[in-house]
Amino acid sequence: MSHTVLQILLAAIVVLPLVGAVAALLPAPPGLKGKDPDQAVLRHGVTVTGAVLALSVALAAGFDHDHPARMQATTDISWIPALGVRIHLGVDGISLPLLVLTALLTFLCALYSYSKMPSGPSPKAFVALLLVLESGTLATFAVLDLMLFFLAFEMVLIPMYFLIARWGGEGRERAAWRFILYTLLGSVVMLLGLLLIGIKGGTFDMVALATDNGSGLGHTTQVIAVLAIGIGLAVKAPMWPLHSWLPDAHTAAPTAGSVLLAGVLLKMGTYGFVRIVLPIAPEGAHAFAPYLAAFAAVGIVYGSLVCLALARSGGKGDLKRLIAYSSVGHMGFVLLGIATLTPTGINGALFANIAHGLITGLLFFLVGAIKDRYGTSDLDELSGLTGAALYGRAPRLGGLLAFGAVASLGLPGLAGFWGEMLAMFGSFRPADGLSRPAFLTFMALAGLGTLLTAAYLLVVVRRVCMGGDGDGDGVTPATAPGPSGALADVRPYEFAAWTPLVALTVLAGLWPAALLGLTDPAVQQLLGGGN
Amino acid sequence: MGSSLVQSVDWLAIAPPTITAVVALGILVADLFLPEGRKPLLGWIAVTGLILAGLSLLPLLDGDRSTFCLTGTTGGGACSYTADHFTLVIQLLVLGGALLTALLSFSDIADSELPAGEFWFLLLSSAAGAALLPASRDLATLVVALEVASLPAFALVGLRRGDSRSSEAALKFFLSSVTATAVTLLGASFVYAATGTLHLTRIADGLTHVDPRLAVLAQAGVALTLVGFAFKTAAVPFHFWVPDTYAGAPLPVAAYLSVIGKAVGFTGLILVTVVAFPSYADVWAPALAVLAALTMTAGNVAALRQRSDRERSAVRLLAWSSVGQAGYLLVPIAAAGYADDASRAIGSTVAYALMYAAVNLGAFAVAALVARTSPANRIDDYRGLYARRPLAALALGFFLLCLAGLPPGVIGLFAKVTVFSAAVDAGLGWLAVVMAVNVVIALYYYLRWTAVLFRGAGTEAERVPLRTSRSLTAAIALAAVTGVVLSGAPQLVLRFASQALL
Repeated sequence: MSHTVLQILLAAIVVLPLVGAVAALLPAPPGLKGKDPDQAVLRHGVTVTGAVLALSVALAAGFDHDHPARMQATTDISWIPALGVRIHLGVDGISLPLLVLTALLTFLCALYSYSKMPSGPSPKAFVALLLVLESGTLATFAVLDLMLFFLAFEMVLIPMYFLIARWGGEGRERAAWRFILYTLLGSVVMLLGLLLIGIKGGTFDMVALATDNGSGLGHTTQVIAVLAIGIGLAVKAPMWPLHSWLPDAHTAAPTAGSVLLAGVLLKMGTYGFVRIVLPIAPEGAHAFAPYLAAFAAVGIVYGSLVCLALARSGGKGDLKRLIAYSSVGHMGFVLLGIATLTPTGINGALFANIAHGLITGLLFFLVGAIKDRYGTSDLDELSGLTGAALYGRAPRLGGLLAFGAVASLGLPGLAGFWGEMLAMFGSFRPADGLSRPAFLTFMALAGLGTLLTAAYLLVVVRRVCMGGDGDGDGVTPATAPGPSGALADVRPYEFAAWTPLVALTVLAGLWPAALLGLTDPAVQQLLGGGN
Repeated sequence: MGSSLVQSVDWLAIAPPTITAVVALGILVADLFLPEGRKPLLGWIAVTGLILAGLSLLPLLDGDRSTFCLTGTTGGGACSYTADHFTLVIQLLVLGGALLTALLSFSDIADSELPAGEFWFLLLSSAAGAALLPASRDLATLVVALEVASLPAFALVGLRRGDSRSSEAALKFFLSSVTATAVTLLGASFVYAATGTLHLTRIADGLTHVDPRLAVLAQAGVALTLVGFAFKTAAVPFHFWVPDTYAGAPLPVAAYLSVIGKAVGFTGLILVTVVAFPSYADVWAPALAVLAALTMTAGNVAALRQRSDRERSAVRLLAWSSVGQAGYLLVPIAAAGYADDASRAIGSTVAYALMYAAVNLGAFAVAALVARTSPANRIDDYRGLYARRPLAALALGFFLLCLAGLPPGVIGLFAKVTVFSAAVDAGLGWLAVVMAVNVVIALYYYLRWTAVLFRGAGTEAERVPLRTSRSLTAAIALAAVTGVVLSGAPQLVLRFASQALL
């Protein structure tokens, strides 16, 4: 495909959701009114996100897979000369998978919401906010200018706030405030770091800054900049101990919000580490890598211990909350991989990013479906004395949950395995100058984390999927169950929304080279300073 | 000798303030002859006058005119009136702000039966003073302009006859303002004593070699001169008059004070610090930095504590938030004291002020719209505004997010970025961090208000349709279009942050 076509594709991917968001607020044109206005606007959401997905797949197809390290589909226009801000777009092997993942998950969320609109105000605003959110996240992965990155980073805040505060569950207001105040505080501090780099480095262009690998920045500048930027990204990622906004936000958010929050928004943080911190301020990254790794390792263990506490009987654990805490652990692996500063570790981190997006997205969909059926996601209420017996009541749903759980615990052959293994492998032999014993300790901690992860996920599977004979030891399902307590099994729209995630999880597990082949050359180049 | 005393006046250069002043006088006279029913005509005369004054900026765009210059060999070419780029930008801000204020005044004058003739005369007089101020290049003109801008404002605040709150607000404003001006005059006289001149550029020269015996006098003069201007910007500790004055004044007057009043203050501050006292940067720059930090913190914390069910809480919130915004405006001025290139840092203040003027007046315009139906003007009265008037609600949401500096308010975001970058550039890292925390605090109350707009209307009273007026709609539309255009093309105002203005 020619360069111009790719250019237009990428620009359209970022702009189309915005146009769609404005269009969602306008009355539907004649011929597209549908059954009623609500249905029309939800369909509009599916159409626009579908179109964006199609465009991003086309972009991936047209992407030159022989040179994934090269920025492709680049556009570079001056926007605000006064600040030196340019509209610089482009994708390489690092951002392309994330771009496609975002488009896919948003489409699936729109599809899911079309049939199962969360309760709350009119769907019009829901669709518009979803589209703005999509545009912001896509832009984060597509822009190559520090200021534009910041703009895109901030763009997701307001839509996500309203999605949680308006369409969320219990405690939504508080959770939404926590989410936005935490992330904003982090990102304003990040802005200071970005400005420092821009002022000292003389440009905001990520490619230019990455090419000279921070040679224009002094050691002190790099350390301060990495500290400031790192805080912003670590809040978003989230890194223990800055994660405390996340469980509340995930628990309160509607299903589509949780899926996007876990699947895409968290990735903005780790992507920032790889795209900005490592290549632009390598000395600063080197200075902070041991601390980042330590926090990551603690996060892995902490996340799984909390999950274990939530999963045990009588722990009053909420399933959504549990998946949210498991994200803290999984993102810990990603951060650990990045902190090793080796190609192996970073490739693992990028792989784990994608895997976590697929698997946790699927898990949040499944938990949302369980919550719809039972009216609760409280593990104790669900499982009662003997277990919720999902295998018996809704075999397909139970099977999918078990699949998601084993994928999440990192069973070889599924997506969750490779990333975490590579991250640990990277910390077995960290980059030169980093303390090997320290990283070996972190690796051991991470290994312990995988064991604990397996433990709590299996406990969840046992309590939710297995259990008594389904004679009502647990709660009575909310959606008028059959005589033997049977539940509505996977419905067609749920099937449509979940199949792609399952298929990709298996594909990425069996054929990791497809993804690693894209990221590896790009990572080598970033670490090597554009050579 | 005789010929050198006669000065030729460049009438074109002084046209913007002159036209405003002449139209103001014209309105005062016309008021005497117009029958009661025709009084609204005065408003349109005022609007036309402001547009004309704005158009008179066009021939000056090359920005190198000055007049009322000293002649002869001793003068050194110092001028009292200069129409450089800085002057033009501020005059544009003042006249544009006055125009928006005028548009949102029409309905208020009719509703609360304010005396139209006096109102328009006072508004234009004050605007004339505010337009003169950025062009002033000597201390006498500066103080005169400051007073021309302020005196009519006192009367405007107390214009609601028989309203004790309005009179009290005016008295508070008057007493504290006059004290500040007196202090400034004292400072100016000290500076004059130490340097023997009133012209800013010559003061700058004179201060570099002050007689050692007069050094303390000069320092005291510098500090005292700044006080009066700090008062106008409502910087801490001179901010206490703001909330009561805003809440007591007619709403358009509060809007006017929050934008033009501030513009007057920081323009004077910039001229005095950067042009007249650059050699004392080590004195005023740290002081301004501390002042900026205190001001933004005090304003934002107080705004945070506003209860949404209190009477006039909307205006009070805007008043306190304007104190917080004044803190941001001070940051680049403080940075100018540290930077090698002072005029660049100043440009950040100017760019920020332009953004702030447009969106803050827009927010006040929507507040005026809501106040027509709910005179108490509590934040709770905005509940469900989206259901009643979607466009007004979207506009207010946009203005508030611009003030908060979050997308979709792109211009607000980038204006904050320029301020941040001025601070980081000058090495004022701590101030940047304080401001970062303040931005988060401010987001909380702006977003809380924004969220109220989109809630479902609760009670019957909240479903009453709003009474609109064409002039109010025009004001909101003008501000919204400005904000949206600037968000798409921030370069339009941000370019001032990258060029030498002074």
